[in-house]
Amino acid sequence: MQHTITVLVENEFGVLSRVAGLFSGRGFNIDSLSVAPTNEDTLSRMTIVTRGDEQILEQISKQLNKLIDVIKVIDFTDGSAIEREMALIKVTAEDVSRAEVLRIVDIFRAKIIDVTPKSYTIEATGAPAKIDAILELLRPLGLKELVRTGPVAIGRGAKGWKG
Amino acid sequence: MKMNGARILLECLKLEGVETVFGYPGGTVINLYDELFSFKDIRHILPRHEQAGVHAADGYARATGKVGVAIATSGPGATNTITGIATAYMDSIPLVIITGQVPTALIGNDAFQEVDIIGITRPCTKHSFLVKDVKDLATIVKKAFYIARSGRPGPVLIDFPKDVQIAVTEFEYPESVDIRGYKPTVEGHPRQIEKAVSMILASRKPVIYVGGGVVLANGAEELTALARKLGAPVTTTLMGLGSFPENDPLSLGLLGMHGTYCANMAVTDCDLLVAVGARFDDRVTGKIATFAPHAKIIHVDVDPTSIKKNVRVDLPIVGDVKGVLARMLKVATEQSAKVKEFAKELAPWRGEIEAWRTKHPLGYKPSTSVIKPQLVIQKLRELSDPDAIVATDVGQHQMWTAQFFQFNKPRTLLSSGGLGTMGYGLPAAMGAQAAFPKRQVMVICGDGGFQMNMQEIATLVQNRLPVKIIILNNNFLGMVRQWQELFFDKRYSQTCMELPIDFVKLAEAFGAKGLRATKPSEVEAVIKEGFTTPGPVIMEFKIAREEKVLPMVPAGASLNEMVLNA
Repeated sequence: MQHTITVLVENEFGVLSRVAGLFSGRGFNIDSLSVAPTNEDTLSRMTIVTRGDEQILEQISKQLNKLIDVIKVIDFTDGSAIEREMALIKVTAEDVSRAEVLRIVDIFRAKIIDVTPKSYTIEATGAPAKIDAILELLRPLGLKELVRTGPVAIGRGAKGWKG
Repeated sequence: MKMNGARILLECLKLEGVETVFGYPGGTVINLYDELFSFKDIRHILPRHEQAGVHAADGYARATGKVGVAIATSGPGATNTITGIATAYMDSIPLVIITGQVPTALIGNDAFQEVDIIGITRPCTKHSFLVKDVKDLATIVKKAFYIARSGRPGPVLIDFPKDVQIAVTEFEYPESVDIRGYKPTVEGHPRQIEKAVSMILASRKPVIYVGGGVVLANGAEELTALARKLGAPVTTTLMGLGSFPENDPLSLGLLGMHGTYCANMAVTDCDLLVAVGARFDDRVTGKIATFAPHAKIIHVDVDPTSIKKNVRVDLPIVGDVKGVLARMLKVATEQSAKVKEFAKELAPWRGEIEAWRTKHPLGYKPSTSVIKPQLVIQKLRELSDPDAIVATDVGQHQMWTAQFFQFNKPRTLLSSGGLGTMGYGLPAAMGAQAAFPKRQVMVICGDGGFQMNMQEIATLVQNRLPVKIIILNNNFLGMVRQWQELFFDKRYSQTCMELPIDFVKLAEAFGAKGLRATKPSEVEAVIKEGFTTPGPVIMEFKIAREEKVLPMVPAGASLNEMVLNA
């Protein structure tokens, strides 16, 4: 079962290695991890996509909470959060495929951010499933390079949570 | 007042109530040691190896309940502390370890004696700090002590660069700490506690399973009162020994791999298991699928991650064990008549347990020609003070001690349970003796583990720490040999310590006293002489070489599949 966990941490040196080390040391999976400071500059926010059965996910949350530098852990259940991910995609674009790439970019409301006679570089944002979908269409046309941020997530509704 | 970082650290230690530290000087702590030279409020003990320094601080902490403090220099000094830190981490022992570090400007440059000790110890510390600015030092020390001793205790490391020791600032010790990411749950949920008492009163075959958490939380008194009120049998883990008097008829002794027959049968047959400050370690549970198969489980622990980590739990209570037990006791007292009735109705269950106890009591085949290790342990109990502190190493002697010594008071057994660190015993005893100069302190070890930290006899002699060292010498790494005998066709691969060492002469070389017994008839005389000789004494007992620790639950087997005679 894949889960998206958001972790609010002290913006201090070594925090990332504590979190990453916890996952590797206890054999938990990390599918993706993104981290950056929040609106409060002493805080950073991590979004971790992980997988495991119910007992493992419970342990992951508890173990994260046990770290001194972790202030809050939220395990977003289905539908309770909005997830967005960005991908930068370099595709071959020559002859006939040039127009096809543009059509795909248009359908997915993505953007071309760099052009050469032989390639397009695309910026796409959306839920991870949408990124998967655009990649599936672009792959046969010649995917040269791919960078994904991993998703970030925010809870639905009016309530915002901080430290 | 303005002071340099080194002085500030010492002032902080003093304000935290630290009286004794164990440390080893070196290049990056030389400024700290220079301040220490004229600082009279802290006693410094110089071990002969940094690992032993940390074990000594650990033994000090276990015996007193206070935070143990150790100091080491950067690089090799720091890496030598790791086994000590990991030992304390596994057993939740409150320590503050201060390591020197190269000057901040050099960090990351592969400077002389530089090592990323924060990175190396990250998985075996509760938390760690690098002091980058002397202005943060006092707050960091305050936080370190608070983190080490609160919640589930553990070791905290402070990496202290040389230039920060020299830098000067105004010293002010904060009165309180507030760490927004660290708010341990202290009070157990009252409704859960009431529910727990109801569950207990609804059971017919309860067992209370007690771990080191009860010792750490100073909850032995509450536990004992509660168990007696309920008339419920109590089994303890290695770490829990001493939290319930073993001379009480309700005591089942140790459970698990080398537990008693009655404890393991009772746990297997019980309908309710009340786990208090214990963490369902594999050495305790055996095969997890068949562990307490008929039981509902109540789990009281200060650490939420312990709950449901290894076993399903029907009723979790997160909180300080002492407080939760006191509250349970109060709830039980409020329904006194019901509890009395319950205790009476447990008579058949206690009867079943007695039958198990009588069927297979702990025992061994006595001998008149060769010394049985169990005899030595029994004689040690008989001839020692009731409040004697016993440290052990790791291996057969540790299990014989756990089985035969009979611990009746908390904080009288110091043993590396979780990590199983050979070489732990002697320095741990040293730490306890430093804390309690007047109490009888002994270490029971094997010839293997003793040799891992035997250099510390020098520290004992130098500091007049009269630790009594009992070596059960079988010239084997006995526990591994036992496994090789039982599970590897007696292929004794590298477990025979072939060189016979003269431990009596060794003691004398250090300026200590050495005694030896080779026959059962000499055991008592040697112990008596050893205990009455002032100063550190080695008592060597040449024991039956291939004696085994029994009963034994083979690794991966169920608790009721004990090997009783092999």
